[in-house]
Amino acid sequence: MNKTSLDTNLKKLKKNAFRVSKVRGETASRVRCPGGEIDVDSLQRVVDIARKYGKGMVNITNRQGFEIPGIDLADVEEVNKALQLIIENRGVNQEDYNGGYPASGTRNVVACPGKQLCPFANYDTKKFAQEIDKAIFPNDHHVKIAFTGCSNDCAHTRLNDFGIIGMSEPQYNKDRCVGCEQCVKYCKKRSVGALKVVNGKIERDANKCVGCALCVNYCPTRAWTRSKEEYFRVVLLGRTGKKNPRMAEDFMRWADHDTVKKVICNVYAYLDEYLDKAAVESKEHIGYIVDRTGFEEFLKYIMKDVTPNPKCEIQGRIYWGGKRYDQGNELRQSMFRFSEREE
Amino acid sequence: MGFVYKTEEFNKVLEALESKYRIFAPVLKVGEGRFRDTDVIRYDYISRIEDAELEERSDFSFKEILMPLSETMFYFTEDEIKEADYDARPVIVLMRSCDIHAVKRLDQMYTGNGPANDWFYERLRDRVKFALIGCGKACPNSFCVDMGSNKTDEYAFSIDMIDGKVYCDVKDKEMLAAFEGAGGAKDNVEPRFVTEAEFRVERPEEVTVELFKDPMWDEYTKRCVNCGRCNFVCPTCTCFTIQDIFYTDNGRVGERRRVNASCMVDGYTDVAGGLVMRKTNGERMRFKVLHKVYDFRKRFGYDMCVGCGRCDTVCPEYISFANCINKLNARVKEVSANV
Repeated sequence: MNKTSLDTNLKKLKKNAFRVSKVRGETASRVRCPGGEIDVDSLQRVVDIARKYGKGMVNITNRQGFEIPGIDLADVEEVNKALQLIIENRGVNQEDYNGGYPASGTRNVVACPGKQLCPFANYDTKKFAQEIDKAIFPNDHHVKIAFTGCSNDCAHTRLNDFGIIGMSEPQYNKDRCVGCEQCVKYCKKRSVGALKVVNGKIERDANKCVGCALCVNYCPTRAWTRSKEEYFRVVLLGRTGKKNPRMAEDFMRWADHDTVKKVICNVYAYLDEYLDKAAVESKEHIGYIVDRTGFEEFLKYIMKDVTPNPKCEIQGRIYWGGKRYDQGNELRQSMFRFSEREE
Repeated sequence: MGFVYKTEEFNKVLEALESKYRIFAPVLKVGEGRFRDTDVIRYDYISRIEDAELEERSDFSFKEILMPLSETMFYFTEDEIKEADYDARPVIVLMRSCDIHAVKRLDQMYTGNGPANDWFYERLRDRVKFALIGCGKACPNSFCVDMGSNKTDEYAFSIDMIDGKVYCDVKDKEMLAAFEGAGGAKDNVEPRFVTEAEFRVERPEEVTVELFKDPMWDEYTKRCVNCGRCNFVCPTCTCFTIQDIFYTDNGRVGERRRVNASCMVDGYTDVAGGLVMRKTNGERMRFKVLHKVYDFRKRFGYDMCVGCGRCDTVCPEYISFANCINKLNARVKEVSANV
């Protein structure tokens, strides 16, 4: 490209996972790391690109990717070639060899450290995130998905369109229980308090239990163990933003792997059908589309050909909260300016 | 008398033994560990030697066969009691040398400590015989050599699994027929014992009363979370507590249970009136450590701890009991030098 001319198709550039910089003529490369995982060779390549084409600095993004700023628009093609190693090592789907990332709409799939590292995780978050990335990428629709190992939700899945929270069903072996009550104590202090002691043994309120399996972690005798099956809570359509930021709300609990995967993949057909053709940069949060179509229609699409596992429970109707800034942004009570307060 | 078997031949030995005995052995329980997709090795009944974990030390000890984690002792109605039934069939327990030494400690506490023997322990104990699992290597964190529990000849038969072959030394005459009929080759067999350990432990000979309030225990007040895992996995811990249960449908009938207790866990030293004798985890650690490597010896002439190392491996806070013994020993020397 001629360095003096800035005749650049920004639409194409953005789709190719480059950000438009406020510095005219510069861009930033967005490195996709599904599940928030990167091998050292790829990491070294990020460093090499930043050194050679950028300004020697790298941004760590909120969605567990890397962003290399300060790249000259003229170098995009070369940077794409350099990205090839990372794209291959990370197993990210690609359309053109040496062509960089083929899409940027569907954001990097986030995952907490998961069972490979974390004592509390109920499944392999990274593996599931990478499997989903394989299934949905590349895609231009603006979809945010995150996986977290337990209901601590360290991955902040509740700010995503699809939040997948790991669950285990605690299995209780009465004969191994000595009634030390540590499960009861920790469930109460660090979780929801779903356990109580009845005649020296433990009773679990199955409806209250969130499947965090803290009881399993804290049981000193292996009276509590995790179910062989991995289960998931699916939370829907959380978001940040100017108009109506809100937490994702519960949609499913005790769902199995296949149910979760199908539901996520199904959302793209819904977006193909109902995305506002006039949406700015053809992107809008899915929640606003659901406001137009109604939840029933959304449900019809995401549940297409899904036969949930028998244990899976589904929320029939969902109501979201959050502040509606488009309806007013007053502070709720006793608003005052600090400088004008009464002594 | 010694025998060498292929695995399938040895399973015939087990089959023959099973006409009289049940076989209780360390078993790898897949997925039953603390964390997702971690395992635990604990004792269970087996029929085939492949189902036994003979390589790694079990996380929980054999003692569950003699003092179940939770055991119903008797049932009561308004004016009658009935002892709980138990499975009286004889059992062969596969265990390592350290654990066979641990049995002596359990026997001491339940049947050689004061005028009365523990009836519930005895009835379980009488049906149990022990088979030795030979040790090809020292277990992680173990210090059996320093505790003198690395060797034993008190076993019905021994098992050493080496390169897919099972080597047995049979001492129990009653069981000999089962071994002779399985087709193995006769040979001179010596079970393997560990004779060298990486980690050395030195016990204090005398512990003076100054150590009772020594600041060395404060570290454990800060580090220990009083979960009691060290006690529950210990092959020599014998404490239990009693639960009297009144059935919810009819509060006039119920049962008395005993469950394993831990001197580290809250409630252990609570007494009527609300007094707690050992409040801090440091005090509890002191009690446990001194009981294992000093107080028991004062009473019975030998130390309670057998050095299996399970308590080190299981501690979620990485507290090393073995290292604590060494610290204690060093502290005892320091204090006595300053007197």
